[in-house]
Amino acid sequence: MPRSNRPPYDAPDADGRFGTYGGRYVAETLISALDELNALYGELSADRAFQDELATDLARYVGRPTPLYPAERLTAELGGAKVYLKREDLSHTGAHKINNTVGQALLAKRMGKPRVIAETGAGQHGVATATVAARLGLACRVYMGAEDIERQRLNVYRMRLLGAEVVSVESGSRTLKDAMNEAMRDWVTNVDTTHYIIGSVAGPHPYPMMVRDFQAVIGREARSQCLEAEGRLPDVLVACVGGGSNAMGLFHPFLEDEGVDMVGVEAAGLGLETGRHAAPLAAGSPGVLHGQLTYLMQDGDGQIMETHSISAGLDYPGVGPEHAHLKDSGRARYVAVTDEQALEAFRMLNRLEGIMPALESSHALAWVIAEAPRRPREDIIVANLSGRGDKDVPVVAGLLDAGADGVDGSPDGGAPA
Amino acid sequence: MSRLAERLAAQRAASRKTLTAFVTAGDPALSATVPALHGLVRGGADVLELGVPFSDPEAEGPPVQRSSERALANGVTLEHVLAMAEEFRRDDAGTPVVLMGYLNSLMRMGYERFARRASEVGVDGMIIVNLPPEEAAAAQEAFRARDLDLVFLVAPTTTTERAARIAARASGFLYYVSLKGVTGATHLDVDDVARNVVRLREVSDLPIQVGFGIRDAASARAVSRVADGVVVGSALVDIMGELADTPESIPPRLEAWLGELRSALDAP
Ligand SMILES: Cc1ncc(COP(=O)(O)O)c(C=O)c1O
Repeated sequence: MPRSNRPPYDAPDADGRFGTYGGRYVAETLISALDELNALYGELSADRAFQDELATDLARYVGRPTPLYPAERLTAELGGAKVYLKREDLSHTGAHKINNTVGQALLAKRMGKPRVIAETGAGQHGVATATVAARLGLACRVYMGAEDIERQRLNVYRMRLLGAEVVSVESGSRTLKDAMNEAMRDWVTNVDTTHYIIGSVAGPHPYPMMVRDFQAVIGREARSQCLEAEGRLPDVLVACVGGGSNAMGLFHPFLEDEGVDMVGVEAAGLGLETGRHAAPLAAGSPGVLHGQLTYLMQDGDGQIMETHSISAGLDYPGVGPEHAHLKDSGRARYVAVTDEQALEAFRMLNRLEGIMPALESSHALAWVIAEAPRRPREDIIVANLSGRGDKDVPVVAGLLDAGADGVDGSPDGGAPA
Repeated sequence: MSRLAERLAAQRAASRKTLTAFVTAGDPALSATVPALHGLVRGGADVLELGVPFSDPEAEGPPVQRSSERALANGVTLEHVLAMAEEFRRDDAGTPVVLMGYLNSLMRMGYERFARRASEVGVDGMIIVNLPPEEAAAAQEAFRARDLDLVFLVAPTTTTERAARIAARASGFLYYVSLKGVTGATHLDVDDVARNVVRLREVSDLPIQVGFGIRDAASARAVSRVADGVVVGSALVDIMGELADTPESIPPRLEAWLGELRSALDAP
């Protein structure tokens, strides 16, 4: 497939700008820590020994490479494009989040910081942080919204078993954005001893760039796996977008492959028209939150709005600045699917492939289910299966018991439409 | 010279320490703010800091967080805040009023429109917690065109080199953040503040106000020895919260509480 003649994609610039987005809108106290992190990261990303250490950890501890799995029964059922799933659900701890925490933990070690903190929504990033902290003997505290603690109990137990302290955040909307506020407050207070492991391609520079780089292993693998299996690149990549890390990780190595389309799927919650969603790219506007200029869900006075999604990991009113840039430049496009569509996709993948996807990843699959039938059989779709769904069983079971719309409650179920 | 710069120059000439008092606009009620500001002036405030409530106040400790939540529950908007400043100005032409808040509120209104409205109503400047100088060019241009001061913060973690660069772009005063932490924190170390203020003096002639962690007369007095003045906020918004059910009692309580701080600052 031809690569473009245009100048190579090299965002962000030295100030952390992706086009007009990104930057470092933080309290002065944090600037020196961001400078230190940026300098060290710049050094280590060119350091052979560090890259080797990271690659070894990814292979022996995380279990990479993850497979690129041809979903044959799903493909047959949909009757159109061929669907491949990038199996991040098979990596250690069950989601892509660990790719980033392994990298950042090595940075924390190099900086000599004995303590790490994290925010978490679905709990997957919290688990991934607690995991690497346990492995390296670092103290670990995870901030989690009270509402998310309720709906992702399994992961709360996992974090505690791993030796992390989980702090329930009761302020604001009691979800991911409030957990991030609380983590920033902790960091500002303990900045000398603590590294803040942000869990997505969000926050002040250098986080969006650094987390993207750590996650880009997903796209590098998928690119060569697809070339090997099919002798060519895919036609379209699709991934769910909360903060945007699994999507950026998949997209980034393909950005200069002109023929490869990219679709990010946000959470439409109860429907974009209801206002009860978490889709800032589809229905928001630019503003500043958590150190970055990006698309936000905000009211006319610039107050951040409460979001809704069935999936805790997508329940965030902002999005990584690189996605804002890719949206405006047209290189990627962004759509949104509802809770109900995601649940339907969750059920369908269980039944047809024996794979239980996370509710987050189910959003990407819902787009595949709608899109694949419209495409010819020669087309190839690569969907990022960002994580496994064990953590979501209680929420889904609750909806099944309640006989919620779009979820088949009968034990033997019906064939998917 | 701006009203703020003039006031701070006069304070220095008279060897009087500057007392800056912070409250959140619209807390605990929309109608409580203007009387509270007058009460603070009677209690001895030289400069007023009026907080623009934001949904995600990431640099604030629990007192200011709670106060922002109370204000937002009352439906306060940036327009309301400006209207409060305007009402205050009708009875007090001399006391500088500086807004304090987060960038998104201004961005949403538009820097130019904000600057025009702010100067119309008699606001003198703004402290924007999450706007370091590197990101401030556009806002600063709009502020300059209206003679508004954009106040920058300097922290214990700021290198001397960087402090010099910040000072070169700052106007009004330098806001020295006394500790690594959020507003209302309790781990103030006066010796550390003293060392850092001395370091700042080497790179700037601007007045230095020290804030975060000053909760009573003793800490105010200790810090004011080394700086041009102090900022108090969390303690004041806690009082406002406690008296939410009896708003008429707020101004006299603030006046009395601040009066004690004033005496401590002025004591020889
Ligand atoms: C499995 C899974 N996928 C996706 C996400 C969303 O994050 P991001 O958009 O950064 O990939 C999460 C977040 O918790 C997750 O756990």
